Amino acid sequence: MIVHIPHPDLPPPSTSTGIIGWLRSNLFSSPANSLLTLFALYLLYHFIPPILNWTLLDANWVGSTKDACTNDGACWVFIKVRFHQFMFGFYPSSEYWRAILAFILIGLLILYLLIDRTPKKSWVAAFTVLIFPIIAFFLFYGGFGLPVVETYKWGGLMLTLILSTIGMFFALPFGIILALARRSSMPIPRALSILFIELWRGVPLITVLFMSSVMLPLFMPEELRIDKLLRALIGISLFQSAYMAEVVRSGLQALPKGQSEAADALGLGYWQAIFLIILPQALKTVIPGIVNTFIELFKDTTLVLIIGLFDLLAIIQAAFTDPKWLGFSVEGYVFAGLLYWIFCFSMSQYSQHLERKLHTGHTN
Amino acid sequence: MTPTKQPIPKTAWWNNARNRALLFQALLICAVVGFFAYIANNTMHNLEQRGIATGFSFLKQKAGFGIIQTLIPYTEANTYGRTFVVGLLNTILVSVLGIICATILGFIVGVARLSSNWLVSKMAAVYIETFRNLPLLLQIFFWYFAVLRTLPSPKQSLHIGERFFLNIRGAYLPRPIFEDGFGWVTATLVFVALCILFLKLWANKRQEETGQQFPVLLTSLGLLVSLPTIAYFAAGAPLQWELPALKGFNFQGGITVIPELAALLIALTVYTASLIAEIVRSGILSVSHGQTEAASALGLRPGKTLRLVIIPQAMRVIIPQMTSQYLNLVKNSSLATAIGYPDLVSVFAGTTLNQAGQAIEIIAMTMAVYLTISLTISYFMNWYNARSMMKER
Repeated sequence: MIVHIPHPDLPPPSTSTGIIGWLRSNLFSSPANSLLTLFALYLLYHFIPPILNWTLLDANWVGSTKDACTNDGACWVFIKVRFHQFMFGFYPSSEYWRAILAFILIGLLILYLLIDRTPKKSWVAAFTVLIFPIIAFFLFYGGFGLPVVETYKWGGLMLTLILSTIGMFFALPFGIILALARRSSMPIPRALSILFIELWRGVPLITVLFMSSVMLPLFMPEELRIDKLLRALIGISLFQSAYMAEVVRSGLQALPKGQSEAADALGLGYWQAIFLIILPQALKTVIPGIVNTFIELFKDTTLVLIIGLFDLLAIIQAAFTDPKWLGFSVEGYVFAGLLYWIFCFSMSQYSQHLERKLHTGHTN
Repeated sequence: MTPTKQPIPKTAWWNNARNRALLFQALLICAVVGFFAYIANNTMHNLEQRGIATGFSFLKQKAGFGIIQTLIPYTEANTYGRTFVVGLLNTILVSVLGIICATILGFIVGVARLSSNWLVSKMAAVYIETFRNLPLLLQIFFWYFAVLRTLPSPKQSLHIGERFFLNIRGAYLPRPIFEDGFGWVTATLVFVALCILFLKLWANKRQEETGQQFPVLLTSLGLLVSLPTIAYFAAGAPLQWELPALKGFNFQGGITVIPELAALLIALTVYTASLIAEIVRSGILSVSHGQTEAASALGLRPGKTLRLVIIPQAMRVIIPQMTSQYLNLVKNSSLATAIGYPDLVSVFAGTTLNQAGQAIEIIAMTMAVYLTISLTISYFMNWYNARSMMKER
């Protein structure tokens, strides 16, 4: 019997595998592509080495005065000397532990809530929303034996985080109410909600901050003095809640009508249907949208420097005017940019991860 | 058996859904009216205490401060009302320039992100991820304080030939001076535009009737280049350039681009382009691959597939998002106030407010301007959306 043994497969040609194959298909697939690659390589060659030299290789790391910066590169000593101020503003250094403790606590709580399948999530969530803000307030501001730190001393990254977290804390529930009102069958709540949302979404945040800092004192009784930080927070929360309302509304709209009809059929009342059936599903689908809104809010908090609060950007900007440290603005901006970038980028990666996780449908 | 009529159980009136809704809405109106009455009352009282008169008569008062960039004639002797117009025009200038530049850059980066060239695609990704994750204000500050404010003084200007100069006071470009005969060139341009329009209509009609195509693009380009050039030389080259020149400590003549405008424009362009690039990418990716395959099955070449099949469908996704980015750009241009570019917020809600003290009127006017722009554009957007919605048969 003759057994036909086919000739074993030849290996693929060496020009289509390995590094050479990858280069051919990804960088030099056509003459135009090759030109593009060479141009891109030229750009990289032109920009990357000077940037590396400036930021790392020729940079100055040690010392404590301007004179220590003798190399051509960046003078990171400036950042090192002012690091505490950039983090905490004018918060007294003996009380730093309070701010750090508050941030560690909220970080742990959020981490606990974000990790899948941790037990007793609802209790932890209730604690985070209802009790933790009170603890945080006393930690930051003082009271119960802790010395009081007035809000004008708050600043730096701490203030940026406080502004964006509290802004979010108020914007989310208010946004949900607005979104429900906009979808309501009653004409008056719907009209009011549309008016509110379109008004705030149509104007820039700066004018809102101007308004809250200039006009709010006019609106309130004379004897009521509103703290500058509080005024900014009111402006930011109102502004953000309009955006949040639109995000939540998109989630409500995406929910099939059968869900609310099923709730009606089960005999649930309006609020029961909202809290047990509608909101849990709608909010889940818009978590990425909520995270994106939070990123926007985080970036927008920089605007408070225009009304005279010292957030991260403002305090770095203020440090440039120190006569002992003139001429280090690039270092300052790079440092601020790096911090903002790390926060925003990690949050946007998380949001994309969620989008992939929640995306169970089949689209093209 | 006859069905027995069940008596409808009597319910209390407050358990009736309609009555409840009415009651709730009445309470809501009372609350809102009460809230505004409270605020109005406080405001009246506070204004009286501070001796501020309400009303818009302040707009006719003399302003008494200078503005570094004005598109219309303006001096310190003009009124507060005129500062409003000057600021508004400056806002419109930077917004329009920003929208044009950001769209071009955004499209280039978005297409580069989809490129089959690995290196180009990765570089576009780095660009997008870097600039969209940095606060816009930080970027404006960077370009203004760290880049443009460290340029050399006018005497040591960076320059290209004797035409373009760049220094700490700004960029100086040649200014075109149109002489008498230039009207002929403009008239020719209008004529060519009309010709191209009719050519396109005729070519479309001919293609529908006979199936033959006419090279509209090449013909149009030829017309567009040749006829105005002929008109230009026939009229005796009626265009001169006024060159900027160093006189004393500063440049005179030409067009001056102040560094505030340049920094704002660069930052707005770079930031918005990173967002537009993502929109362009998602738009093109949203057209399913089946469309491309169907087009090649019909025998369309790749260029035509892109132009006739992919882009029209991608535009449906791209344009609404793009409009909201344009709106954001207009609103973000108000950050000008942080570096002193004289836009509406900086001039009117800044300097004028501080001098005139009419906080309520000025902020209301400023907000009304932005609100009008936003609502107008979103109205057109809704109209466009309704028109371009997928027509499913």
